[in-house]
Amino acid sequence: MITFTVNGNAVTVDASGARRLLDVLREDLGMTGTKEGCGEGECGACSVLIDSAVVNACLVAVGQVEGAEVLTVEGLERDGELAPLQRAFIDHGAAQCGICTPGMLLAAHALLARTPNPTAHDVRIAIAGNLCRCTGYTKIIEAILACRIRAT
Amino acid sequence: MAVPLSSPSGPESVGRSVPRRDGRAKVTGCARYTDDLVIPGAWYGRTVRSTVPRGRLARLTQDPAFDWSQVVVVTAEDIPGDNVVQLIRDDQPVLVERDIRHREEPIALLAAADRETLEAAVAHVSIEYERHPPVLDLADATGEHARLSIDKGDVDAALAAADIVVERTFRVGHQEQLYIEPQGAIAVPRDDGGVTIHGSLQCPYYVHRAVVRALALSEAQVVVIPAEVGGAFGGKEEYPSLVAIHAALLAIKAQRPVRLIYDRHEDIAATTKRHPGIIRHRTGVRRDGTLLAQDIEFTLDGGAYCTLSPVVLSRGAIHAAGPYACPNVRITGRALATNTPPNGAFRGFGAPQSQFASELMVEHVAEALGLSSVDLRRKWMLQVGDTTATGQRLTESVGTGLVLDAALANTPPGTDPTSPSLRHGRGMALVYHGSGFTGSGENDLSSRVALECTSEGTFRVLTAQTEIGQGTNTILAQIAADELGVSWEDVTVVVPDTSVVPNSGPTVASRTVMIVGGLVAQAAAELRTRLATERPPLRAEKVYRQPSWIHWDDASYRGDAYPAYAFACVVADVAVDMDTGEARITNLIAALDPGYAIHPTMAEGQVEGGVLQGIGWATLEEVKMDDGAYLNDRLATYIIPTALDAPPITTVLVDNPYSGGPFGAKGIGEIPMDCPAPAIVAAIHDATGVWLDELPATPEKILEALGA
Amino acid sequence: MPYPRYLKPSSIGEARALLAQTPNCHVLAGGTDLMVQLHTGQVRPNALLDVWGLEELKGITGPDGTLEIGAAEPYSAIIHSPLVARDLPVLADAARTIGTTQIQNRGTIGGNLATASPAGDTIPILLAADAIVITDRRAIPIGGFYTGYRTTVLQSDELIVRIRFPLDGRRIAFRKIGTRQAQAISKVVLAVCREPARIAIGSVAEIPLRATTAEGALAQGDVAGAVEAVAGDIRPIDDVRSTAAYRRAVTRNVLRRLLTD
Repeated sequence: MITFTVNGNAVTVDASGARRLLDVLREDLGMTGTKEGCGEGECGACSVLIDSAVVNACLVAVGQVEGAEVLTVEGLERDGELAPLQRAFIDHGAAQCGICTPGMLLAAHALLARTPNPTAHDVRIAIAGNLCRCTGYTKIIEAILACRIRAT
Repeated sequence: MAVPLSSPSGPESVGRSVPRRDGRAKVTGCARYTDDLVIPGAWYGRTVRSTVPRGRLARLTQDPAFDWSQVVVVTAEDIPGDNVVQLIRDDQPVLVERDIRHREEPIALLAAADRETLEAAVAHVSIEYERHPPVLDLADATGEHARLSIDKGDVDAALAAADIVVERTFRVGHQEQLYIEPQGAIAVPRDDGGVTIHGSLQCPYYVHRAVVRALALSEAQVVVIPAEVGGAFGGKEEYPSLVAIHAALLAIKAQRPVRLIYDRHEDIAATTKRHPGIIRHRTGVRRDGTLLAQDIEFTLDGGAYCTLSPVVLSRGAIHAAGPYACPNVRITGRALATNTPPNGAFRGFGAPQSQFASELMVEHVAEALGLSSVDLRRKWMLQVGDTTATGQRLTESVGTGLVLDAALANTPPGTDPTSPSLRHGRGMALVYHGSGFTGSGENDLSSRVALECTSEGTFRVLTAQTEIGQGTNTILAQIAADELGVSWEDVTVVVPDTSVVPNSGPTVASRTVMIVGGLVAQAAAELRTRLATERPPLRAEKVYRQPSWIHWDDASYRGDAYPAYAFACVVADVAVDMDTGEARITNLIAALDPGYAIHPTMAEGQVEGGVLQGIGWATLEEVKMDDGAYLNDRLATYIIPTALDAPPITTVLVDNPYSGGPFGAKGIGEIPMDCPAPAIVAAIHDATGVWLDELPATPEKILEALGA
Repeated sequence: MPYPRYLKPSSIGEARALLAQTPNCHVLAGGTDLMVQLHTGQVRPNALLDVWGLEELKGITGPDGTLEIGAAEPYSAIIHSPLVARDLPVLADAARTIGTTQIQNRGTIGGNLATASPAGDTIPILLAADAIVITDRRAIPIGGFYTGYRTTVLQSDELIVRIRFPLDGRRIAFRKIGTRQAQAISKVVLAVCREPARIAIGSVAEIPLRATTAEGALAQGDVAGAVEAVAGDIRPIDDVRSTAAYRRAVTRNVLRRLLTD
């Protein structure tokens, strides 16, 4: 039995600790917002946060999150209200096919938590591990920059 | 450029960037892609593939020591219908019977209740081959999938009369579509003996037709329902038919649902790529730059089966002269057969290959004449009243000058050297791209759409167009709403389930807005009139007919190839590291004539995404092969641009309405892919003084050309 | 295929015991290599020994004129360490070129050493700095760590605990030439120091190596000679990422640039 929290809720799964966190999220917990694009840590579609650090869920053995706090795309909304990043992704046209969007949002979320007022270059670095084939990244970067907390 | 969104919607949504329909589902993780669908009791399927590029299947052995009672196995013998993937030519089998023509060719299908059993079963299948010598190089290929020739004027006489004839040969490589969601289909047996397919696909009716034929089912017994599609780019035009047939064969034999979801390795190794090609040009000019003749040989590597090669060849060849008015043109096109995995549809459909060459020819001719290539483009470019290579007289919405001016007006001053090893350069390209199917294609398709007004007073758009990220579901609602004079929020676009929607043709060929959107507008106009006198529920249906002025002859390749063309001009800035040959694109301006942008933000999104895909093809995405197999068969080795490889992209949309498109719109899905490569190669030349004739322009090739 | 057993020791002692008594047991740290190999079936261990959380393998400290990095400390910790920024900033520069944030949050130097890829991005810095690999039983100078393509002197039950960098004020320059600007495997990766003369290069042979002939020339102050000689010190190959000719040319050009700028 492995116990951890997902989006603030404690969960216990009866799974081999060697299974991928990605599979446990999608199959055991039915949380399919986290996507698989490559299975080798290249595309970032399975990005989630573990204790605030963005990681590829395909590279994490679920045993390694025992006691940890996992955040997935399903946890970004609060009481049915979209998070500012989610709203900005819609408003700026940052989601096209949408398959990279959950991972992209989490990479952006981790960036803004650490660097509330990033430059465009900071944003590019932060999402470089999240491949998108639709947007040329332009509108994704615009959307993330729109969520900056500007120093006044 | 960001276009601010107008929040409250009302009438006149066209031309405004309303929030996309699927936005909320996609940012919350609620959107259900194929592998997200929960189908109780579904088994897992797997494809067993050839490991030789050419040969004969000698024997397939199932290890008798293994317990096969828990596994379903399908081979060619189990196919109830024709062992053919229905497309253009009946050459590609669903499963190998005897002859193997390429690596990764499907031989058998397995399904089991869980992945562990499935994996064990796969390990207990062994295949013996009689290996035959493969044809792997385009230069050695003799088999032909298609050929064509386009003739205008007297090329030989014009070349003989020219002051200067410039000759050059160009080569372009494979490219993987690399949608981030791999291919997949789930087949569910139906009570009527048929099958329902859920899948990641662009063209539900292509899949429908293919499954009906291979499984010998009636049309009513096959239902195809696209799931949310995680990118396609042409890669999910024809290939999903094969995936769906495979899943259906397993499901029918197992009598239970079967999930056939590719992993990334299988997807790259087995599925179609952009056609590699060799393009040879001879261009004759007068000393003053007057364009006299273009003689072009356009050769594509189709791979082992025909797939869509004839139409890729056709579109590529028709665009091969570039957006220029030349009195004498000869284009000979051939798509040849090799023992490599079949190549197929990919955004641009041959035109990126052929216009890479035609744009660089402008540069080479300008260099030979000592003229500016920008001035030469202005002198040659198509204007209203000019005729194209196929003899099409252009009567309206010709945006060459508009996009060229817009690109130059938005180009920043050049960059000064910032480091001793960096050289900066700038290059331009001017391209065009026909909207819709080629020639008589749209007439043959006779696309149908329907628009319904429900008794509650809401509206439903019914088409077979798939939302693959490009925004179909939003844009068709905008078009219908404005024609109806209602809020776009009162219009829904229904899921293109083949048991519900009429066949409005495939979601390809930059046709959705102009052709299908045009039909939706017509249906809306009819419904609006009828609503004045009739009570809902009401339904209007429209069938596409090509405008009467369009004439096309398939035999001679003469006539009006497309109802309208989009135009684009890009200016690319590069910085080349002279130590390493690395060429970074530092800035890119893309000016584009979409006719009229129904949704400016989505139009920009098409440009930005297509441009970066073009940059990838031009610089990073080198496919290496060994014995007919792709060596770059994983995401760690198939390299696409990251956010740090992408330049800032500035998109400028110019209005240039086409009278036959809804609200003046033309198609723009593909043209962004056509333009970056030649501009980048020209910029590399501007920076370093060396010309590359081959894509991708990798650091290895640049450094070699520099002799460093 | 059943999943391997998942073992989570709470101390090095327990880890050693588990490793010694469990046949075909693979050490799991950040998982950036092993989890891929496991998923694709390239490796089929009976058990995974998870050392990611072992306290003894964590920490970035500076005892006695050295810098020590815990073997299971992720690259992001190196990137954000004030100690690294002060004493060996080039190591943070190199760590920033590894993968992307997701990989930097999981990948470790200990893992890079153990998998022994010739393309490990930080390894040339270890070579240029004369780093020492400290295991649960001994201290191994980095120069003697690799024995061949993806092989090392580590015993099957031996655990890397920390990496020690002697601090003698040497200035190391680093440059990675990858397949793209991020999430890239090295085509060539160099770490160069003039005093003492160190020219360490990755992705140009079956192991990350020091270009000893070139170093000899550099030690004499002969930069041109070092640049000339370096091609003879490396054994690059054509592969899916680049060509031998390119790797040779770039090694020469970049070495010249690093020694003259």
